[in-house]
Amino acid sequence: MQNLRWKIITCVVAFIVFSAVGIYPILANRYGVPAPKWLMDRQLKLGLDLQGGVHLVLRVQTDDALRHETDVESELVRESLKTAGITGGTITVDGPTQFRVEGIAPDQDAAFRQAAAAVETNFDRSPAAGGVYVFTMRPNIQVNLREEAVTQARQTIERRVNELGVAEPSIAQQGSNGDEILVQLPGVSDINRAKEVMGSPGLLQLKIVEQGPVGSREQLMVNGQVPAGMEIVPGSSRGAGDANTVYYLVKRVAAVEGRDLRSARPGIDSAGRPAVNFTLSSEGSRKFGDITGANIGRNLAIILDNRVQTAPVINGRITNNGIIEGIGSQEEVQDLSLILRSGSLPAPLSYLQERKIGPTLGADSIRAGIVASLVGLLLVVAFMLVYYKASGVNAVVALLFNLVILLGLMAYVGAVMTLPGIAGFILTMGMGVDSNVLIFERIKEELAAERGVRASINAGFSRVFLTLLDTHISALIAAAFLFQFGTGPIRGFAVTLSVGLLSNIFTSTFVSKTLFETALANRRQVATLSI
Amino acid sequence: MQIFKLPHIDYLRWKWPALAVSGLIIVAGLATIFTRGIPMGIEFAGGTAVVAAFEQDVSLDQVRDAVNRNFGGETVVHTFGDPGQHQVMIRVPQVGAETGAALSEVVDKVNAALQSGGLPKFEIAYSEAVGPAVGQQLRSQGFWAAVLALGGILLYITFRYQFSFAIGAIIATIHDLLITLSFLAFFQHDMTLNVIAALLTIAGYSSNDTIVIFDRVRENLRGMRRDSLRDVLNLSVNQTMSRTIITSGTALLSALALYLFGGDVLRSFAFTLLVGLISGTYSTIFIAIAVVSMWRGKGPLKAAARAPAAAPSAPQQPTRKSKPQRKARAS
Repeated sequence: MQNLRWKIITCVVAFIVFSAVGIYPILANRYGVPAPKWLMDRQLKLGLDLQGGVHLVLRVQTDDALRHETDVESELVRESLKTAGITGGTITVDGPTQFRVEGIAPDQDAAFRQAAAAVETNFDRSPAAGGVYVFTMRPNIQVNLREEAVTQARQTIERRVNELGVAEPSIAQQGSNGDEILVQLPGVSDINRAKEVMGSPGLLQLKIVEQGPVGSREQLMVNGQVPAGMEIVPGSSRGAGDANTVYYLVKRVAAVEGRDLRSARPGIDSAGRPAVNFTLSSEGSRKFGDITGANIGRNLAIILDNRVQTAPVINGRITNNGIIEGIGSQEEVQDLSLILRSGSLPAPLSYLQERKIGPTLGADSIRAGIVASLVGLLLVVAFMLVYYKASGVNAVVALLFNLVILLGLMAYVGAVMTLPGIAGFILTMGMGVDSNVLIFERIKEELAAERGVRASINAGFSRVFLTLLDTHISALIAAAFLFQFGTGPIRGFAVTLSVGLLSNIFTSTFVSKTLFETALANRRQVATLSI
Repeated sequence: MQIFKLPHIDYLRWKWPALAVSGLIIVAGLATIFTRGIPMGIEFAGGTAVVAAFEQDVSLDQVRDAVNRNFGGETVVHTFGDPGQHQVMIRVPQVGAETGAALSEVVDKVNAALQSGGLPKFEIAYSEAVGPAVGQQLRSQGFWAAVLALGGILLYITFRYQFSFAIGAIIATIHDLLITLSFLAFFQHDMTLNVIAALLTIAGYSSNDTIVIFDRVRENLRGMRRDSLRDVLNLSVNQTMSRTIITSGTALLSALALYLFGGDVLRSFAFTLLVGLISGTYSTIFIAIAVVSMWRGKGPLKAAARAPAAAPSAPQQPTRKSKPQRKARAS
């Protein structure tokens, strides 16, 4: 009897704990009953298909991140060739991970090797015939850079989404190459703004204008080519809305970049139009001070995503702040400051999948799913009560207990309830019924073999327990693979199923047996069992 | 209450007819799959889907005409959800380029086509654009998840029972998957991620069902060493018959509720479950034990004689202490 008391206490405590986590917040939410915040935070969340929102799968174009790195390092070689006084070498970038140096005179070979040593931590140099050297990025560096680019992109997107004020966004890396990012924004209806803010490169560069502005690209070229180490950037001569594109010649590598920013805020320019004020970090301020101090009277190009926004004349040494004019509306200014604050994307993004679920559709699905579940549950309950009579109550209690544990555990692990998740619920109920049926049918067999009631119950539970272990473990094995290799809805299904299988073992054996024992505890002689 | 007393049916007598019926369905199903194919949902095929919720009733032909003016004849238009809500789903195979933010261009185009089609006012309740890369990846992922899950179950049953049982369970499971796929092809249901989830459920359910019977076979093998394997198999199926009927019946009730009340989104899912549950019950009774008996041949149960525990068959004597977790080894 001591034993039985502890079993009952265990059941009651488990019931209270799981309903507190799983059921109470839902009821509290619905009927406005007060509940502690830590409990409400754990509330079971609805997936996008039930709540409505935007679902995006993005791919990070990691090749572009590699190409950027190759660009920067090839510039480094160019600079060091210049300082070493080596002339005649031409540098071309062949691909995202490769650049070549041509036309090195044989007598300057040794000097070249020394000058190029700076990039050889990241690049393999292979000598080719006729003074041509090919530099290829090392494979491990490539892998690292790709991973870094995806991680950085994910973090940047996270910051931007958070600043947009989306409640409970979900952002995760996925895909077989790990270069995909899944973004789920519950409740967001303006998909285009979200996409613009997330996908904008947000690359700010400050460069001294070497030449320009002029009306066409060709005017800036020397012998039909862009001068070495320079690039031509388009822009509009007088802010946004100006149709005339003009071109500026600037250095390829920027003096000050977005990463030197400390903050960016919406403000107004001297004419009272919306503009973005930015402040530089201490390192950025030092660089900016140097470069503006040395170039008073020249133009400073403020380049955003490879387009010159403005190119004001430098009137004096500027250290820590600046202004970006000619953006447009107040909202665009706000978005741009948000993008600049959150840092630039290391590589461009492309969209692989987009799904937008309207809130009404989600509400319809959830109603249909719940109605179907309730109908199914009621049918099963009715059947169990009719077929197993008093023992059927036992099975129904075990079944509802299972439901409570399932809700509680799902809320506790922070799982998200989706439509396939609801289907997983229904299937778990099916397994729960199966467990009870197995046990009850076994007890009936034992009773038919003229065993006593208590012995029959004991034999039924202990024998079927092993069958249940086998069926549940093999289902868990399957669920584990589904979770590991599945995506989205399949994962949601696997989570519900696994949690359900575990709680089912507990309710259909332990809880149900305790109920039987409790019912029989006060009767000395038990001749019949209502089953 | 009892559905029936212990039945005495010789299931193995129906071995060949059962195998023939299943074979016929599967062959017809595979033929359908190879000729007509199973339509792929846009998650797998790629493309664009839009659900427009109109303010009033609208004829599908009108919607189709409006969309076809801008798109080729490959559009699919059908009602969606509760008829009272006038929702129409439009699917086109086109999708924007997978570069930059162009993917959802086609959603805007469909929207524009509807706007200019002289239709009642509407709003877009749902839209989805899937590039080809995602579909490719999902297909291979789904396939490997299923193969590995089946492999895992095979290993587990081999470890806990015997290899012939594992073969029986796996063939029964594959049988159920093929039958279900065949019916999906017959009725041309869209293959979606939800349907894949349902197929995987069927796999789990089918092996669960089979394991319950094999568990009884294993238990009976210890007590019935002089009986033929055929008798042991038949008795085991008969003993678990009422459980099989009740469990399958209640599961079918749930799936039926899902099919009738679960809405459009869950309809294919529920259909898959319904077919799979019926097939799963049938295969457990007729296919799984047939495979075991064919694999082991007709010989006496030498293997069972080597089973470690000498406890007689349940339930004549309860086997509480008979350590059934020990494996009944077979050669």
